[in-house]
Amino acid sequence: MLEVRKLSKRFGGLQAVRDVDLDVAAGSITALIGPNGAGKTTTFAIIAGFIKPDDGRVRLAGQDVTGWRPDRIAAAGMARTFQITQPFAALTVAENIRVGSYLRCRSPAEAMRRARSIGEELGLGPQLDLAAGALTVAGRKRLEIARAFATLPKMLLLDEVMAGLNPTEINEIIGLIRSIRDRGVTILLIEHVMQAVAALSEHIFVLAEGAVIAQGSPQEIANAPAVIEAYLGKGAAERMQRHA
Amino acid sequence: MKRAIVIAGITAVALAPFAFNSQYLVNIAMLTALSAVMGQAWNIAGGFGQMTSFGHAAFFGVGAYTAAILQTRWGLSPWLGLPASFVTGGLLGGFIGILSFRAGLRGSYFALVTLAFAEVLRVLANSLDFTRGGLGINIPLKQGLANFQFHNRQSTYALVLLMLVLTTGVAMFIKRGRFGARLVAAGENEDAASALGVDLVRTKTIGLATSGAFTALAGVVYTQTYLYIDPSIAFGVERSIEMLLVAMIGGAGTIAGPILGAIALHAVAETSHFFIDAPGFAPLLYGATLLVIIGFLPRGIAGLGARWSRA
Amino acid sequence: MGEILAASLVNGLLTGGIYALVALGLTLIYGVLHIVNFAHGSLLMMAMFGTWLLAAQLGIDPYLALPLMTAVMFAVGWSLYRFVIGRISRGDDRAILLATLGVAVVLDNLALVLFTGNTRQIETPWTFAVLEVGPLLISVPKLISFGVALILAALLWSFMARTDMGRAIRAVAREPEGARLMGIRPDRIFALAYGIGTALLGAAACLLLPIFYVSPGVGSVFVLVAFTIVVLGGMGSFPGALVGGLLIGMTESVGGLVLGESLGPISISLVFIATLLLRPTGLFRGAR
Repeated sequence: MLEVRKLSKRFGGLQAVRDVDLDVAAGSITALIGPNGAGKTTTFAIIAGFIKPDDGRVRLAGQDVTGWRPDRIAAAGMARTFQITQPFAALTVAENIRVGSYLRCRSPAEAMRRARSIGEELGLGPQLDLAAGALTVAGRKRLEIARAFATLPKMLLLDEVMAGLNPTEINEIIGLIRSIRDRGVTILLIEHVMQAVAALSEHIFVLAEGAVIAQGSPQEIANAPAVIEAYLGKGAAERMQRHA
Repeated sequence: MKRAIVIAGITAVALAPFAFNSQYLVNIAMLTALSAVMGQAWNIAGGFGQMTSFGHAAFFGVGAYTAAILQTRWGLSPWLGLPASFVTGGLLGGFIGILSFRAGLRGSYFALVTLAFAEVLRVLANSLDFTRGGLGINIPLKQGLANFQFHNRQSTYALVLLMLVLTTGVAMFIKRGRFGARLVAAGENEDAASALGVDLVRTKTIGLATSGAFTALAGVVYTQTYLYIDPSIAFGVERSIEMLLVAMIGGAGTIAGPILGAIALHAVAETSHFFIDAPGFAPLLYGATLLVIIGFLPRGIAGLGARWSRA
Repeated sequence: MGEILAASLVNGLLTGGIYALVALGLTLIYGVLHIVNFAHGSLLMMAMFGTWLLAAQLGIDPYLALPLMTAVMFAVGWSLYRFVIGRISRGDDRAILLATLGVAVVLDNLALVLFTGNTRQIETPWTFAVLEVGPLLISVPKLISFGVALILAALLWSFMARTDMGRAIRAVAREPEGARLMGIRPDRIFALAYGIGTALLGAAACLLLPIFYVSPGVGSVFVLVAFTIVVLGGMGSFPGALVGGLLIGMTESVGGLVLGESLGPISISLVFIATLLLRPTGLFRGAR
């Protein structure tokens, strides 16, 4: 579904993203992990069209979308959420979701029906007519997902959706994400919360200092020395071996 | 039930001026309604789309001059001024929009650029023969419906009222429709809107063009009522500020806002005469009112109404 | 022809000094508070009226009044931020934009009510004095203004660079939260910066009055010029404001020469629009 080849981006003196290759199979849940500053968010932003890469290609379902504006990419079927939630404060929750629905639907009434139905499914039923600004953090995260999902995407990019949630909420969102995938939406997520990564992902890419240092199943990644070192520092893998 | 009362009230207030005996009062009603038209038009850009424009006089002036020039230079029917100005106002809005939004201007920078555009037009109008420069354009007095000159203010008021109904209707239509929702989204949060498929430049430009087109209509009415237009009247900063004030004080982004704002401002203007009858006193109060509104009633007068309707 | 152009450039350069002073205040306010101070022109107008009153009613020469006006305008600006703008806006960007606009409207019309719309002018011994430098005739008050503006700019620079207060201001400009953690109160600094920006207007007013008229509308004349300079120079950049001021002074002068009296003012608006559309960060990189 998503093919990223040799993606690169430099900001002044810093090479934020370095020759990154990613493959996300259709219908899968794939995770992008790595220590802070690894370039995950930049990579996401480039894929979603918010930043133009210096080099490289992004292909969505075979179509080259490199350098496209975010709204064109959304229209092409790739939606994203934001790490720091961005609700449209002046609108109600339902109206927020409806903005997403409007991408695929012209009629206000129909778009609202779809928006409310999605809102119900994603657990926002009771809050649909409240101002979006009144939601709790967990509610806002659901709204982010609902809004993006309303655009009927082929692929959904989730940016640290679990941040700031308690364990119960995390489990709920994990369930939510699974149910979205079960409807045929491919998912790529950036996550720090390893519990969620382990529970959800079928394939993981590890980014460190702008480059992909490992990829594989959760099992493989958990034991890969390179990954351990990226998070815990040089020599950590060895130390862990010795103490094992 | 509340709704019926509100509608009845509005209709009564709107039709009252037809019963006035004093031309002076009808004139005030007409000007209030005209302010409301301009405020409603400004609101489409500045309220819904949060494109706070400090230079909307550009559209007013373009409308006024289009009407004046078509009549006096080319002898065309004054009624043509309405559709013609609608077009020129809209085109100007599109022009300014495309330039500004492609350059990514927003917030203060956008406000500044609109100010600059209005100023450029003012200087141009002041310098070109085409617009008779600083002398302005006089419309010859030729009363009669065909000449778009009414012999009493009631008729003018009727026309402006129609315009207000039209503009308000358009605003309502936009607000409830797909375009309006996406415009509001673009105004609230560009990144989020873009991520949901909203083409920012296109949406905002259409919003500004629509706003400009309706503002231009107000310019035509002004020209036909006072039979004179010059660069300061057309493009002056006071005009831009008035439109902004009407919408902001009444409640930006709401439908009732500009109407309430226009009534409030003109009420202030007329009563202030009794205290201090000096030029500038009324606008001074406008400015003070804006400060009070921002500080204590950010949603404007309409915000108070919203609380009442929820009660 | 070359002489006329040269004279125009030189006079423009000198006027640019005053413009730079006006722009410095605006850029300081932008750099620290990150707001475009729409009240800047109106405050300049008030300062000019104050100076005019001192001159016309009390016979105090504007140049002598400069220290007093600078101090008075500092107090005015500081209070305005502390009690009105800062209070009302509570940090919201759009609210601040509209608050400064509101202040501008109030001040402009207050002047209209108090002083009526008539323009006023004063004549000092220096108003028409000229200096002959080679083939050029240079206006003495413009030369004095240029000099004073440079001195004030240098004073401002050393204040910002060398004093603790100046460092505090720069800290808040760059990172308000961090500054707060260091014990600096951002809202105090905002009021201070606004006060200093306004104080510079007091000085500019004293330099302008000998060679310019004053009327309630004079603020709007300068507002656009000031904004153009600040945007051209780079919002928040001091050297930018200086260079921008001089450039705009020359642009205005040459623009008037080339386009004529009536169309001349357009040159500044066009430069402004062009800068905003093509290079909004300005010639120098600004604070943000």
